[in-house]
Amino acid sequence: MPPTHTVINPPLPAAINPPLLAGPDPLLRVSGLRVSFKMDEGTVRAVDGLSFDVFPGQVVGIVGESGCGKSVTVKAILQLIDPPGRITGGQILYLQDNRIVDLTRQPARGSAMRALRGAEIALIPQEPMAAFSPVHTVGDQIIEAIRLHEKTNGRPVSRHDARGRTIELFRDVGISMPEQRVDAYSWQLSGGLRQRAMIAMALSCRPRLLIADEPTTAIDVTTQAQILALLRDLQRKYATAIIFITHDLGVIAQMANHVVVMYLGRVMEEGPVDEIFHAPKHPYTQALLRSMPSMQGETRVALPVISGTLPHPFNRPAGCPFHPRCPDAITDRCSARVPVARQVEANRIVSCFLYHDEAEAP
Amino acid sequence: MTEASAPLLDVRGLRKYFPIAKGLMRRVTGHVRAVDDVSFTVNEGETLGLVGESGCGKTTVSRCILRAIDPTGGQVLYRTRDDRVVDLVPMSRQDLAPLRKEIQMIFQDPFGSLNPRMTLLDNVGEPLLVNGVRRRSERMDRVAELLRLVGLRPEFMHRFPHAFSGGQRQRIGIARALATNPRLVVADEPVSALDVSVQAQVLNLLLELQGRLGLTFLFVAHDLSVVRHISDRVAVMYVGQLVELSPTAAIFASPLHPYTAALLRAVPVPDPRVRNDDGILRGEVPSPAAVPSGCYFHPRCRFAQDRCRQEAPALREIAPGRFARCHFAGQF
Repeated sequence: MPPTHTVINPPLPAAINPPLLAGPDPLLRVSGLRVSFKMDEGTVRAVDGLSFDVFPGQVVGIVGESGCGKSVTVKAILQLIDPPGRITGGQILYLQDNRIVDLTRQPARGSAMRALRGAEIALIPQEPMAAFSPVHTVGDQIIEAIRLHEKTNGRPVSRHDARGRTIELFRDVGISMPEQRVDAYSWQLSGGLRQRAMIAMALSCRPRLLIADEPTTAIDVTTQAQILALLRDLQRKYATAIIFITHDLGVIAQMANHVVVMYLGRVMEEGPVDEIFHAPKHPYTQALLRSMPSMQGETRVALPVISGTLPHPFNRPAGCPFHPRCPDAITDRCSARVPVARQVEANRIVSCFLYHDEAEAP
Repeated sequence: MTEASAPLLDVRGLRKYFPIAKGLMRRVTGHVRAVDDVSFTVNEGETLGLVGESGCGKTTVSRCILRAIDPTGGQVLYRTRDDRVVDLVPMSRQDLAPLRKEIQMIFQDPFGSLNPRMTLLDNVGEPLLVNGVRRRSERMDRVAELLRLVGLRPEFMHRFPHAFSGGQRQRIGIARALATNPRLVVADEPVSALDVSVQAQVLNLLLELQGRLGLTFLFVAHDLSVVRHISDRVAVMYVGQLVELSPTAAIFASPLHPYTAALLRAVPVPDPRVRNDDGILRGEVPSPAAVPSGCYFHPRCRFAQDRCRQEAPALREIAPGRFARCHFAGQF
């Protein structure tokens, strides 16, 4: 089968907008990504000029509140945006076999994307109950994925081998009695086991990039601790790059080594996890961290809050999207121009006029 | 807190079993012990946090107190405004009606709990109408006052819920709960559907309203940091039972029950310098339809001994004001 990818030869193109961190070649480079939903009432700019890199073996945490565009970003990477949503700008560059493929140029239903999804880039969705079909056993669904993507001498691996590998995977993700559980239906499994089975499915084709979209949001705290520990172990074992999406700052602190903070479809700040939590630069990150009730602080006192509410998606503020709620907003400046995400220190990117002067072209 | 007087709410040996029916004749083959011998008190003006994982029975407890469902056994003793102590469990609907004004509820889902076809005036004013405030102008005045109380503009009262964000809707739900001047407010996961920045606003509002109106809260939640922040005392549930009940500071500093300790360790710490996989609880919560022998927690407890497998521990006072259901509480 001739390759249908749009092939751009290495080296990587210079970052378009904004300048990105230097270093080895990233596995994934999202650059100036824009996704809009055109509706009768107006256009929602769900992702508005988003850029970040994922390097091999890195765990990038994307954190943000509802409506910040984190899940839309995941869908854009996998080319799963449904109408009326559309990628309206930017690039998603994926490094595949030493070639760089721009995923935004691939037809969503084309063979290139179909070969990529599940095999190279796998997803752990938020709701494992909805992700598994209830009328097939979980084992059959994983076997199907393996046989779809894994070939020996041009032919799919045998059912028998795929089943053996599924049982092996179940053991790997800590499912007890894997020989029996492989024949279970998803509704026969508890929430924790279902999420483990989902992780097994995501890992079944040894992906190079794993996207975990709020993988523990629907499960209890003790089960969440088990799943997070499992993901950390598997990440160490296989050195898979992970994009970890969550609204939970605790989970991000425990999982990520690099953090991207999003607000209204834009990166507010980006940097190593330790610096984001111990030396946050953007007023939004600072406010977010302060507003969390802690396990040490004083109790029954007013928490510092972020004033106001998230603007309605049809009503994006002009200028910096956070300025109406920002305690440090500079009058006339933050409301007039949009700060770009710019590198201000080694490894630190901030989009805020407190740290640089560079605005987006109007 | 008025420790001296009788508690506002005194729950004793509360039970709620749901029958499991099987076969053509729907024969009852067993019971789900959703709530199994739960006892606690809530003093006037305090906040009791009720925590536990899904399926532990915390919501069933709150629904039993409100008599939204009928308990299988036990007592729910409530001290009324005129200082009588009444048991809500055997009461008829008619007898209960006047007390419903005093005990109100805030729900988890700010989208599902408001009627989308009713304006805020009708949503918030509904409890007033039910309780005999017939004149619309009177209801409008009261709703305006309530909206102001929860930090919303009174002009909003003619709008419909869809025009509001999750945090604003939760404020509307709080306004509705306060419409009848309640004394006890049962809040079931009131902030778990909200974003962090909005969650802080709603927690602050609840604390402020409690101070201003002298409210008593039963605060049901699964998020330990939220419960820690808002509660005076915390009760922990596991498989339908209370396993620990202690003042907030004590329970977080030195939990008595191994389950409480494991629960605390499982909370992801928002600090990347504290990464710790030690003491992660293994296994899963048993089904309340098929509970283990002895202590319900023994299959997952790393301190379990023979006695724990055979003999069910009782909730007992380990230190003043501190209760735990464990044979070896406080010895770890």
